[in-house]
Amino acid sequence: MATLDVHHHIETHDHDDHGHEHHHGNFWTTYIFSEDHKVIAKQFLLTGMAWALIGGILSVLFRLQLGFPEANLSWLKPILGGWLTAEGKIDPDFYLALVTMHGTIMVFFVLTAGLSGTFSNFLIPLQIGARDMASGFMNMLSYWFFFLSSVIMFISLFISTGPAAGGWVIYPPLSALPQAIPGSGLGMTLWLVSMALFIVSSLLGSINYITTVINMRTVGMSFAKLPLTIWAFFLTAVIGILSFPVLFGAALLLIFDRSFGTSFYLSDIYIGGEALPNQGGSPILFQHLFWFLGHPEVYIVLLPALGITSEIIATNSRKPIFGYKAMVGSMLGIAILSFVVWAHHMFVTGMNPFLGSVFTLLTLIIAVPSAVKIFNYVTTLWKGNIRFTPAMLFSIGLVSFFLTGGITGLFLGNSAVDIQLHDTYFVVAHFHLVMGSASFFGMMAGVYHWFPKMFGRMMDEKLGYLHFWLTFIGVYLVFFPMHYIGIAGFPRRYYSWTAFETFSGFADLNMLVSVAAIITLAAQFVFLFNFIYHIFRGKLAPANPWNSTTLEWTTPRLPGHGNWPGEIPTVYRWPYDYSKPGSKEDFIPQHIPFSETPESNLPNENDQIKLDLGGAGVGGNKH
Amino acid sequence: MNEAVDFKIVEAPAKPISMNPKKFGMWLFIASVTMLFMALMSAYIVRRAEGNWVFYELPNIFGYSTILVILSSVCLQLAYFYRVNVTRANNLIVATFLLGIVFLAMQSLGMYQLLKEGHHFTGGNVSESFFFIFPWLHGLHIIGGLVYLIIVFITLRKGSFNKVQMEMCTTYWHFLGLLWLYLFVFLTLLR
Repeated sequence: MATLDVHHHIETHDHDDHGHEHHHGNFWTTYIFSEDHKVIAKQFLLTGMAWALIGGILSVLFRLQLGFPEANLSWLKPILGGWLTAEGKIDPDFYLALVTMHGTIMVFFVLTAGLSGTFSNFLIPLQIGARDMASGFMNMLSYWFFFLSSVIMFISLFISTGPAAGGWVIYPPLSALPQAIPGSGLGMTLWLVSMALFIVSSLLGSINYITTVINMRTVGMSFAKLPLTIWAFFLTAVIGILSFPVLFGAALLLIFDRSFGTSFYLSDIYIGGEALPNQGGSPILFQHLFWFLGHPEVYIVLLPALGITSEIIATNSRKPIFGYKAMVGSMLGIAILSFVVWAHHMFVTGMNPFLGSVFTLLTLIIAVPSAVKIFNYVTTLWKGNIRFTPAMLFSIGLVSFFLTGGITGLFLGNSAVDIQLHDTYFVVAHFHLVMGSASFFGMMAGVYHWFPKMFGRMMDEKLGYLHFWLTFIGVYLVFFPMHYIGIAGFPRRYYSWTAFETFSGFADLNMLVSVAAIITLAAQFVFLFNFIYHIFRGKLAPANPWNSTTLEWTTPRLPGHGNWPGEIPTVYRWPYDYSKPGSKEDFIPQHIPFSETPESNLPNENDQIKLDLGGAGVGGNKH
Repeated sequence: MNEAVDFKIVEAPAKPISMNPKKFGMWLFIASVTMLFMALMSAYIVRRAEGNWVFYELPNIFGYSTILVILSSVCLQLAYFYRVNVTRANNLIVATFLLGIVFLAMQSLGMYQLLKEGHHFTGGNVSESFFFIFPWLHGLHIIGGLVYLIIVFITLRKGSFNKVQMEMCTTYWHFLGLLWLYLFVFLTLLR
């Protein structure tokens, strides 16, 4: 057994060297069907950005309808064509499709694939000291399944009955019956096919991430020395593996209901006065299955952003992260709790009130690890030598959104308060701040921070500041007023309220929200310019532009295939040795041994050296 | 970067524990398949508890197919034990493969018998629809396992013995056997 393991080890080593020396791939193997984790990460990033742009434009379209219900939009005719009514207004069916596709695209294609796919792929091998992912082939498949899924979802935007329109949660019976709304026809079928492929992609990715983090760490990289980013990606992947199959199961039964005539979710339905034959199904069952994925999905979206933020805030405060173990513990707590709170999305489905109170309790407990994280971010910033890079600003922005949006979560988590607030704009405001904007800011922070490692050049800071402030203020202007609109009882997903006397008083607030949304979208073009222009024309980046401690900054400016030209560095210390008292510089990278820094070692670290001195005499096999 | 200091390095950081990444990935895949079936089983339990649930006897053939799938697992395990003797191992893998095919045939027969007894996938009570999902979805995974068996067989034939590949295949096949055993008990006790 032991010999075989050693043998295997040698084999992989040979393979590494082989790949390293003879990597002269053509255009197709280098950039398109690449198995290199860095290229795959960039593919995910660019696809995710394209989707973010589409998702953002869709949101502005329906905000136009909500903010300016009387406006004539016929100037959009060249783009929207038949989706505008004769009076130049957005077709009500298309409005439903817009909100559905905005949700689907943002949650899955941007903040799951675009965020996890990019940064897990890019950072896991670089930060744990591995040559590549455990399986480059599976990694490539993961991207191409995502691409295929994207293509199908994109095509569904252009079919004559329109894309899926039952909301991103696709509750049956609305989504199960093609005769219910136009969007439940071919559009819904394409949605399901696309999501099935997306789940395959996500599972392939997650299996790879977990396998790599557990089995491919470099010498010395114990779990206690992992950067918090890696902890976050790791836990995200674990959540993904456990929750996405459940969505697959739910979607499978829905496909049978839609296309094969079963009645898993359907019962007692009349459409147009005609009774359907389906009997005995339970639509609530779908909600249970969906939210068993759906709630963990929130943390699949959020945890990577929190991990990225931990790294960036520590680096740019020039201070060790406050409470490393508490950070890991709270992420673990969030990951576990995320599986036992799903029914708080279903408080008003007629569930047992006792069950509701159990889920209320469990939901409110999530506030504890979340508060620990916010506390730790703030205490890391406290008295730090803060460098306000754009990445740092976006990270601080994330903390702000996470707090503002998290507090409203306490309202919504109460089953009693939820009776008033469910399905109103209060909910929209809550999850857009805590999950949407926070995760988006985490993603942006990551792009600004790791751009030098991805493309070997620097982005422009001034444009970064402009992008940050416009987006930050814009996001608050969009989502803060929504709390008031929601408390006033505005239901979400409604095409128009002008018919109701009660709601016409908020027309000005809705207009403000819509204007802010347009400005926020416009601000993203500043980023796009900054991003694309500086890929080609940016200042050349130094190897370690942020004076950071983690391993990715020990690679060359543009790490090649295999990441490190020589040996993989060995890790001796945790990743947050910033401003260590006595140290010459304000950061000590992870690969510097304690024996080289006697001036700053703590007593227990010195003990480690002494201890090993004795051991070295006996073993003496270091080299 | 490390070379310049090698005689000063006195700490010897431990190599993190690790296992074969591919095998590890297989276990994760098994975890996700388990979650898929757990989702469907919990849907089954929840829906059953709501009442309006038709009871019916499962055809005996599902019992026989359960014995068969256990036999096939035994065969594959023996093939793994006898892996040094390529001919013997190959014969056992062929036996496993054939048992797998017969298992699939018996599952199909069982479902066919249910159809003949008037329990249809569509149109009837939801309990009937639910039942068909399990042998069908499990069968799809068995087909995946059969493809894997062919791959292992070809590798063995070529003489390039790959222990990891064989172990992964055995793990997956045993998992599928156990999964069906569990599903069978579940569907028998919780009709």
